[in-house]
Amino acid sequence: MNATNALRSGWQKVFGTGARSERPFAPDTSHGTILYLEDITVTFDGFRALNALTLYIDVGELRCIIGPNGAGKTTMMDVITGKTRPDAGSAWFGQTTDLLTLTEPQIAEAGIGRKFQKPTVFEQHTVLENLMLAVAGNKSVWTTLFSDLAAIQRERIEQVIETIRLQDRRSMRAGMLSHGQKQWLEVGMLLMQDPQLLLVDEPVAGMTPQEVERTAELLLSLAGKHSVVVVEHDMNFVRSIATKVTVLHEGRVLAEGSMDEVQNNREVVEVYLGE
Amino acid sequence: MAIRSRWLDLLIGERGTRAFLSVLLVVGVLVPVLHLAFPEESALHLSTYTMTLIGKYMTYALLAIAVDLVWGYCGILSLGHGAFFSLGGYAMGMYLMRQIGPRGVYGDPVLPDFMVFLNWRTLPWFWHGFDMFWFAMLMVIVVPGLLALAFGWLAFRSRVTGVYLSIITQALTYALMLAFFRNDMGFGGNNGMTDFKEIVGFAINRPGTRVALFVSSAVALGLGYLACRYIVTSRAGRVVQAIRDAESRTRFIGYRVESYKLWVFAFSAVLAGIAGALYVPQVGIINPSEFQPINSIEIVIWVAVGGRGTLYGAVAGAVLVNYAKTYFTAALPEFWLYGLGALFVLVTLFLPRGVVGLLDRFAARPLETPRAAAV
Repeated sequence: MNATNALRSGWQKVFGTGARSERPFAPDTSHGTILYLEDITVTFDGFRALNALTLYIDVGELRCIIGPNGAGKTTMMDVITGKTRPDAGSAWFGQTTDLLTLTEPQIAEAGIGRKFQKPTVFEQHTVLENLMLAVAGNKSVWTTLFSDLAAIQRERIEQVIETIRLQDRRSMRAGMLSHGQKQWLEVGMLLMQDPQLLLVDEPVAGMTPQEVERTAELLLSLAGKHSVVVVEHDMNFVRSIATKVTVLHEGRVLAEGSMDEVQNNREVVEVYLGE
Repeated sequence: MAIRSRWLDLLIGERGTRAFLSVLLVVGVLVPVLHLAFPEESALHLSTYTMTLIGKYMTYALLAIAVDLVWGYCGILSLGHGAFFSLGGYAMGMYLMRQIGPRGVYGDPVLPDFMVFLNWRTLPWFWHGFDMFWFAMLMVIVVPGLLALAFGWLAFRSRVTGVYLSIITQALTYALMLAFFRNDMGFGGNNGMTDFKEIVGFAINRPGTRVALFVSSAVALGLGYLACRYIVTSRAGRVVQAIRDAESRTRFIGYRVESYKLWVFAFSAVLAGIAGALYVPQVGIINPSEFQPINSIEIVIWVAVGGRGTLYGAVAGAVLVNYAKTYFTAALPEFWLYGLGALFVLVTLFLPRGVVGLLDRFAARPLETPRAAAV
């Protein structure tokens, strides 16, 4: 019996067939905290990208992370999404899901979505196809080859396309969208996976002021329903959306608090804002 | 999209596909009729040579579709598909050798001539079962499929991509070529297998048998095409194209990229194997030169010339380049390889979407129907 199970799971691992439950690694957030990063250390060739970083994110919170270049923001995202394995420390999604034991796709399945710095939508696919690709559900070869989208998944796509306000661009190739539209599409793709935690890397870089404003509206509308972590350089943008700000410096947390508190922190002024 | 329209769409939803299927149907019916219904002295008679040549092109076209599926749609530049083609061909060749029976030069009831020549007393274990047609056909699918699964599993799991993957696929076919050249491998060494007598009880040179092989090739090409079209228009097909365009992004949104690549690669290898199995009885020989690395590169050139990322483009490329090859290797034999190289360079530089891309540019409507507008 055990042997059969082992065989089956091995088969699924290798060939990606067979049904899997929707959210095998769903987090337990009964204590109100969705992400626990504790003493995370990452070293690249002797360089400490993260140095005993400790950070907690609450359920439904919108958190901004700022910090100078090389402060470890991107590495932190990489650790959370499983791209980089830390040398030391622990990363938990809720109380029961150990992120360090999961692979990248498993982490995505568990409910952590990441928006990259550069918009990386599938340029050859239409807006709609991009959202369809990102839809939550069984993503095995077998399912995608032989079954169509369920009604509930289509509904979800319609909801999201409205949220990101790209209804009239649905059949356009994503490569033809403006920079801002691509960013929203990417946020939309994240939403398709129904993530509990959204990691957003520099969402407004290169956007027009109008686009920045709409992005702020979008992110604010997401908070509450999702926990959102935004990494951003644009201080005005951070001020317009953030309730709580974390400042990273040399791979650890330098300060944490409201924008005003952080801005008045002497250390922060020295390393970052005072530049 | 409703189920009904999905199947209809598969057949007629794309202009290039409609054109391809129409041409295939016309050729598949007309060629046998012209060959059989008119006596040899009639002007309308189509010679065995021409029919066999077209049949050969069709097996090449199937091979090109297989390569287009992995390269054009999934971005895996395989320079080793000739190996899968040849393995399918060898499986068919082994069956045909066993069918010769005691009619060989040495008259041994079981052993093929080359084994008698090598003083072998018994049939090697891997030759057993090949006297049965169904078993041989199963091997046509299983051998290339399993090799592709094993090879792909190792390569994709280690995330070998791009030019490195292309190089190891070249190494794969080269290694197989060296192995099959050895007499003691038991596959006829550098002479390979030839002198086939009959297939499922029919003399292989009878006009009826020739026509049956031709029609089988046409049917296999048609079905292979539709199977690929089903795949590329399914949700899985969108995933596969997403992998081609942004692999790590696809992994991030939760797809097991390795599984997709593995299945596409294996399916493509099976198609190549089937193409090889249909090729061998028509040309009447299989030998290790089919494994040559250059052969696999040539397939990629067919696809590039035709237009990768469109299945009908792959078919067009295979037929065009091979027709040119047939013509030029007769007319200007020294020129052919240079011509082929120049063709590849020119197409890469000036026609990134191949011949069908060129046609597309002149066509009033785009060849491809607009991407599905409804969810």
